Amino acid sequence: MATYQLNINGQRKEVTTDASTPLLWVLRDDLKMTGTKYGCGISVCGACTVHVAGVATRSCVLPVSLIGERPVVTIEAIAQDPVGRVVQDAWVSEDVVQCGYCQSGQIMSAVALLKHTPKPTDANIEESMGGNICRCGTYVRIRQAIKTAARQAK
Amino acid sequence: MSAIMSTNDGVLNRRSFLRVSAAAASGLFVSMYLDTELTGQEAGQPQPKPSPPDAFVHIRPDGKVVIQVNRLEFGQGVQTALPMILADELDADWSEVVAELAPAADVYKDPVAGFQFVGGSGSVAHSFQQYRELGAKTRAMLVAAAAERWKVSPTECRTEAGIVRGPSGQSAKYAELSEAAARMPVPETVQLKNPSQFRLIGQKVARLDSRPKCDGSLKFGLDLDLPRMKIAVVAHPPVFGARVKSFDDKAARSIEGVLDVFEIPLVKGSGVAIVADKFWPAKQARDRMEIEWDLSGLERADTAQLQAQYRQLARTAGKVSVARGDVKAIERVAERDRIVAEYHFPYLAHAPMEPLNTTIRFDGTRAEAWAGSQFQTFDQIAIAEVLGLKPEQVIFHTEMAGGGFGRRAVADSHVQREAATIAKRFAGTPIKLVWTREDDIQGGFYRPMHVHRVEVGIGTDGMPSAWRHVIVGQSILGGTPFEAFYIKDGVDGTTVEGVNDTYYDIRNLHVSAHHPTPNVPVLWWRSVGHTHSAFVMETLIDELAARAKVDPIVYRRRLLKPAAKKLLAVLDLLEKNTVWRRNIPKNHAVGIACHESFGTGVACAVDVSIENKRPRIHRATVAAHPGIAVNPLTIESQFQAGLAFGVSQLMANGAITLKDGRVEQRNFDGFTPPYISDAPVAVDVHIVPSTEPPTGCGEPPVPVISPAVVNALTKLTGKRYRSLPLVDL
Repeated sequence: MATYQLNINGQRKEVTTDASTPLLWVLRDDLKMTGTKYGCGISVCGACTVHVAGVATRSCVLPVSLIGERPVVTIEAIAQDPVGRVVQDAWVSEDVVQCGYCQSGQIMSAVALLKHTPKPTDANIEESMGGNICRCGTYVRIRQAIKTAARQAK
Repeated sequence: MSAIMSTNDGVLNRRSFLRVSAAAASGLFVSMYLDTELTGQEAGQPQPKPSPPDAFVHIRPDGKVVIQVNRLEFGQGVQTALPMILADELDADWSEVVAELAPAADVYKDPVAGFQFVGGSGSVAHSFQQYRELGAKTRAMLVAAAAERWKVSPTECRTEAGIVRGPSGQSAKYAELSEAAARMPVPETVQLKNPSQFRLIGQKVARLDSRPKCDGSLKFGLDLDLPRMKIAVVAHPPVFGARVKSFDDKAARSIEGVLDVFEIPLVKGSGVAIVADKFWPAKQARDRMEIEWDLSGLERADTAQLQAQYRQLARTAGKVSVARGDVKAIERVAERDRIVAEYHFPYLAHAPMEPLNTTIRFDGTRAEAWAGSQFQTFDQIAIAEVLGLKPEQVIFHTEMAGGGFGRRAVADSHVQREAATIAKRFAGTPIKLVWTREDDIQGGFYRPMHVHRVEVGIGTDGMPSAWRHVIVGQSILGGTPFEAFYIKDGVDGTTVEGVNDTYYDIRNLHVSAHHPTPNVPVLWWRSVGHTHSAFVMETLIDELAARAKVDPIVYRRRLLKPAAKKLLAVLDLLEKNTVWRRNIPKNHAVGIACHESFGTGVACAVDVSIENKRPRIHRATVAAHPGIAVNPLTIESQFQAGLAFGVSQLMANGAITLKDGRVEQRNFDGFTPPYISDAPVAVDVHIVPSTEPPTGCGEPPVPVISPAVVNALTKLTGKRYRSLPLVDL
């Protein structure tokens, strides 16, 4: 057990846990922030995607001991980001979600994409979203929502 | 689940009673009781209860209209659709409607099936009439209250968007009238709207659960957090049904946060439960357990061996499902006029994104449970059984679920039994049982593996003159409470559906089935038997059309019986909307398929090329006939995404296989659902206008996509694809 000072959504959070604990479970079990989801635990489904220092990151395989000073942003705070807000609104206006379980991760990946590539092509979308599984299969609307957000983002 | 669906006649098959109550200052509750609830009471005199959970509609003093949804929401959109139906007849203000998932209770049982569940694409189909009546009767009581207040006749009043209006300009909001309305008698009968009067039904209404699913605030079952709650994981047997012989838990117990390690009985075999204060220590502990398993007496299923056995069986007739016309006709067809085709389908995991879980707190004389369950009635009974309680002593909350596709509807409630077994030992402490993704992928309850062997005789007109079809696959319903109803003459209806009830006019048809019983638990997987039967039928029909040199849509239309009204309508609509078929890029091909399942007709055209040895689905056009389209927006989404779900069957890593009794895949790296580039890039959905009763849209999108894609691939490569998943092209 060790104590870590984390920067989560701009706030200082202190957690005491085993060094191997993935960020995902720190968020969910220690900080009770359950918007970030457990899907596979081996970084192949993307449900656990958060931003670490601005980079879309699979939190299920990132041990808490390796985060250091890097700021972490989760779905709970993405609306405070201008691109995040636009993406979230596009997700709602395009009626993207079905079961919704993967959508936190989809949105976090989409926000990272649009911050880097404001006008993504279909190929850009497939590349950036290519590690996020939606078992319901809402991919057509995910594409639409990203394009809608790209049009609306300032 | 289609089996359950088959009893659907679209009407309530039991008498129902409405009851109202007005708890002090809390508005109008309208509840419905089924007559089975009245056993031991005077008929028509149900005992009043003051408040939910048994109310369907609650008009609160603040104007909110809270509607209980008697189903699990797990993506299919029922949490929006059923409130739309009720609110339409109620003339409620949609912006005031709040939807809640109802707990397990008799009143929330499916009015057709008699138990609480989601399946067979039956939620809207079975509850359409029920929710309309509830809305209309509630409206009638509000109108009666207004009429009494204004001393006018109810017939002089009208309603709109949560307001009753009187003949002389009077108006009153529903919330103002709710207490008076609660004292009005419940009308015995009520006039329902004419479809032309619908204000919500038929409109594209945005889902009610979008925003909380986009900002991380929605709590799924796995997100539940209760005071003092502990997390449990279970080490499951490596071979189905194995028992723990011995285990060493020293390393596991040394992990900080681990509270207990103990053997538990499972429905079959046994396992080792680990309880910890958080998930990570529980998972770590399980990884460090050393368990010796007793495999004695267990069959160790092996895919290669099963395949050989199934292929052998497929060469002989099984239990007969259909014997129509001259069943020997096939034997007189010359070889050159005969197609002999053998198809192979693997086991498939449902793999919903939210891993299976259940939380239970046992307090000695009562218990409370939380689960995203498709089978509330059975799961509640199972938990009660394990805990030595009566079902009504278990409060069962329906939690929002992250997908399911059939996996949350298991007749033996094995997940809930596990959770209850652990919770019993920890009385007073809430226990959340979490199945990891590995538990899910390796835990059985798969879409069964199948072999089909089909012999088709081709007549001089190019149409099938004789058809002999043998299907080999485990029975899904055998050994479940549904067995007696849905296994006929030894044939499980869910094995042969889509073949034995084909709408194609095949005069000489023989369909039979073998049901081997390997040691692998199986289950319905979204669209059940149609997952494989539609693939076989629609690839063979396409092959016949190609041999006859007839357009695949024209050929299908010719071969369909006149009774196939929905399929004929969707083929027409598909043709109208696929002008693009004539103008596709070089190296692309078009594939067609149509199939009716769960009462919904579907036709699909896809534009496919081959990229990186995989099918690339550039476009799909779908025509659907689901009767009244309650929420066309949800239906469009279900079809768009349902096609992508159907692509699961084509994925290179889209099979569960076994070797020496052990499942060879562990996680999404071994059993891989479609990613964005595997799914159709664009899908346009067209709905046949209809006033027929609504049928389901959850499952019917799934069957058509894999045959449509494969039919296109055949045009590109000249090869026939009769084994799934698709290895590299």
